[in-house]
Amino acid sequence: MSDTKWTSICGDEELAPDTGLCALFHEDQVAIFRFSDHDRLYAVSNYDPIAEANVISRGIIGSVGRQHVVASPLFKQHYCLETGKCLEEDACLKTYLVRSHMGQIQLSSRP
Amino acid sequence: MSEQSTARHSSDKERIIIVGNGMVGHRLIEVLSGMDAAKDIEIVTFAEESRLAYDRVQLSSFFSGSTAEDLALTDECYYEEKGVTFLLDNKVTDIDRSAKTILTSAGKTERYDKLVIATGSYPFVPPIPGNDQQHCHVYRTIDDLEAITESANSSEIGVVVGGGLLGLEAANALKNLNLETHIVEFAPRLMAVQLDDGGANQLRRKIESTGLTVHTEKNTQKIVAGETRRYRMVFSDDSFIETDLIVFSAGIRPQDELATLCGLETGERGGIIIDDQCRTSDADIFAIGECALWENRIFGLVGPGYEMAKVAAAQITGGDRTFHGADMSTKLKLLGVDVASIGDAHGTTKGSQSYYYQDDINGTYKRLIVSGNGKKLLGVVLIGEVDAYGSLLQLMLNGIKLPTHPESLILPTSDPASVSIGVESLPGAAQICSCYDVTKGQICSAVEAGCTTLGDIKSTLHASTGCGGCAALVKEVIDCKLQSMGVETNNNICEHFSYSRQEAADIIRVSKIKTFKDFLERHGTGLGCEICKPTVGSILASYWNEHILEQQHLGLQDTNDIFMANMQKNGTYSVVPRIPGGEITPDKLIAIGEVAKEFDLYTKITGGQRIDLFGAHVHELPLIWEKLIDAGFETGHAYGKALRTVKSCVGSSWCRFGVQDSVGEAIRIEQRYRGLRSPHKIKMAVSGCTRECAEAQSKDVGIIATEKGWNLYVCGNGGMRPRHADLFATDLSTKTLITYIDRFLMFYVRTADRLQRTSVWLEKLEGGLDYLREVIIEDKLGICAELEKEMEAVVESYVCEWKATINDPEKLKRFNHFVNADDKDSNIVFVSERGQKRPANIENEIRLVEVGK
Repeated sequence: MSDTKWTSICGDEELAPDTGLCALFHEDQVAIFRFSDHDRLYAVSNYDPIAEANVISRGIIGSVGRQHVVASPLFKQHYCLETGKCLEEDACLKTYLVRSHMGQIQLSSRP
Repeated sequence: MSEQSTARHSSDKERIIIVGNGMVGHRLIEVLSGMDAAKDIEIVTFAEESRLAYDRVQLSSFFSGSTAEDLALTDECYYEEKGVTFLLDNKVTDIDRSAKTILTSAGKTERYDKLVIATGSYPFVPPIPGNDQQHCHVYRTIDDLEAITESANSSEIGVVVGGGLLGLEAANALKNLNLETHIVEFAPRLMAVQLDDGGANQLRRKIESTGLTVHTEKNTQKIVAGETRRYRMVFSDDSFIETDLIVFSAGIRPQDELATLCGLETGERGGIIIDDQCRTSDADIFAIGECALWENRIFGLVGPGYEMAKVAAAQITGGDRTFHGADMSTKLKLLGVDVASIGDAHGTTKGSQSYYYQDDINGTYKRLIVSGNGKKLLGVVLIGEVDAYGSLLQLMLNGIKLPTHPESLILPTSDPASVSIGVESLPGAAQICSCYDVTKGQICSAVEAGCTTLGDIKSTLHASTGCGGCAALVKEVIDCKLQSMGVETNNNICEHFSYSRQEAADIIRVSKIKTFKDFLERHGTGLGCEICKPTVGSILASYWNEHILEQQHLGLQDTNDIFMANMQKNGTYSVVPRIPGGEITPDKLIAIGEVAKEFDLYTKITGGQRIDLFGAHVHELPLIWEKLIDAGFETGHAYGKALRTVKSCVGSSWCRFGVQDSVGEAIRIEQRYRGLRSPHKIKMAVSGCTRECAEAQSKDVGIIATEKGWNLYVCGNGGMRPRHADLFATDLSTKTLITYIDRFLMFYVRTADRLQRTSVWLEKLEGGLDYLREVIIEDKLGICAELEKEMEAVVESYVCEWKATINDPEKLKRFNHFVNADDKDSNIVFVSERGQKRPANIENEIRLVEVGK
């Protein structure tokens, strides 16, 4: 992990528990979510491939079975935040590495 | 074929002979050959006519273009395929019961094991001297129709003797043959059996308006040679009419000649006596259809005949089905007039009472005959408009308790949907299609097995393929069943809570739960989802009315609620300021226009009398609202499951017809309930007079001014499934009106399911409108004080969410597309159309204009 290059996005306090926000990461729009449960963070691409709009960060998060998911705010498909896979249709979000480090939320591309 | 039939003599199959191949005889063949026992029986049928069975019910369509082939119910191939031996032009002339053989007009003898007489009926021709002349006809068979057609070629005037159901059919036939048509009836009214005086009068008026002449109370004495026309009919009052052609259609008589000949028991006035098993006095001989007399009754409709066919088929093959009589209600179109008669149409039941509605302008007449206590429907007469037939028939047949105001079932304000009795309330055994005896239960089973459309049901169960009168009802049963299958499993909110919304609301209210987290930990599993979170968020807001953007509620809200705007397809938002009652000053109009111009927003007038501004980027929302709030606007909650608008007409302040200040009342009501969170959006309207320009009867809460106050309507809906609102209470004072609405809304908020509009909520509410009145007006549950208190708390704690947001720098932080950059979403592009912008389509060829600001 030591050679992973992290980019600071914002202060920890800017991402309220159980909500999401959108970050500009290089040229990418990235949706970052925080679960109050175990304070888990997830990052996926903000582009909704079905609605064809940059809206994923504004979806409601939760769980389907044991999977942590976000629901598209436009057509309500669920995306697994671990894998980026859509549960209902053949679509996928790109996933990113995310962490909270020294009071900062940081992103990194997957190797 | 006859050769084959003799060849089969020696077979050890049971030999069934069916005498008569009319509709009922044919039906028996269909039923028998569809049974498992079909392989053990041999069917032979004899027909007096030269054709196989045809549809006599639709006989008159022969004159509007149908051919004998169109009317045919079967063909030779079908019978051959089923191994049925058929002999046309072969009248059975005698039965030797001891030898168990029959004799035909062709001199043939045939052996039977079981014999079924389905000879039907023959037209009754009154014994009038001169009734047997060349151009005097009856109306029963295709041959008759051909003879009438032939006569008509040399005729200009035609008379039908008999103003009953068949007489009117015959009159229609003459009219279609372009004859000047007269109907001569012995009784004082038309359709004397099925209609009361009022109905018969309306029918007569309508028939006469189409150019026919009706003569009632005319007893024909003789038919002699005419002076200007072929014949002169002389009546007992010495009046006469002259005509070229006469059709006798004065009723039917059972064709029981064969039974009399062989000594079977018959009724005093004709008809072969049968028991509940359709057996005659000879256990091996059955009689079905119009020739059969059951409990001293002849059934002159095809439905009961079909039922008898089923009973006989069952008895022949060892089954135990029995006949229990049949309902003789009918609905049909006669001479272009819709006519329906149900049950005791004459109100002869002791103590019965009636509701009448008559409209001479549109030619409608409706009468409901109800029991002495007003609770049960006994009979109905409908002329001119028969949409309610199916529902009313079910009410009568199933003895369903009538609504508090039964008159609403026939009043013109009730659209067909409101007459609907709710097929949910029908028992599974309720017969929906009387022609093919299909019950609600059978339709529901077929839906479970995969049928989803009326067409599916028609092809699998034959329902609605007879007279077709039950089509609407069949559809309703299908829809109801489909709907129930969708929600049948349970009405839990989602996988995280095994409670309905109502149960969740009760728990939250009683245990004073203030956060989703608390509720989830104590009563749920998992982490929640996009269904339960907003639902619980809405319940929390309904009861505790905290600002929805408080930190602990943020994650519960849909993006629309978080940004207090409506997300559109490209990720931008639309903004709707509240315009209470649709009243707006010129200055405020200009302010909206200026904001729209400054931020380049697409503007559109909504259906709720306000203005929608589209195409705002998320970061622009606070800037837009700052300006709108400065101009005196507040949020319109277009994004929330909340009160939307209270539409109004100008009312007594301007309108010469207005009787109350509808705009003023609409504004007061909109300001009272603005911000109320509910299971679904709520729309209201106030009309200043009965002309109803605000369309209040299509709203969740509708208010219509009267001379004395306000009429309150509830649970109406437009949209996908329109529902006419129900009149809830009349002539209310303003104070009582508000009290009732307070209670109504809070009761709905407490008890409705997630995303359930008031219309569906009411339909599912056990006890319906009457129960709702008991709760809201009579305080049956003793909760009214509580409901009012809760509403008062909501009203008092109202703050404009947008005002609260733009005054709070912490909350404003969210209104940026990126948390770490001031850039806009570069993916959002617009094109120009009719002088405004709209989102570009990916496939759009129009030059893309990036909106820069």
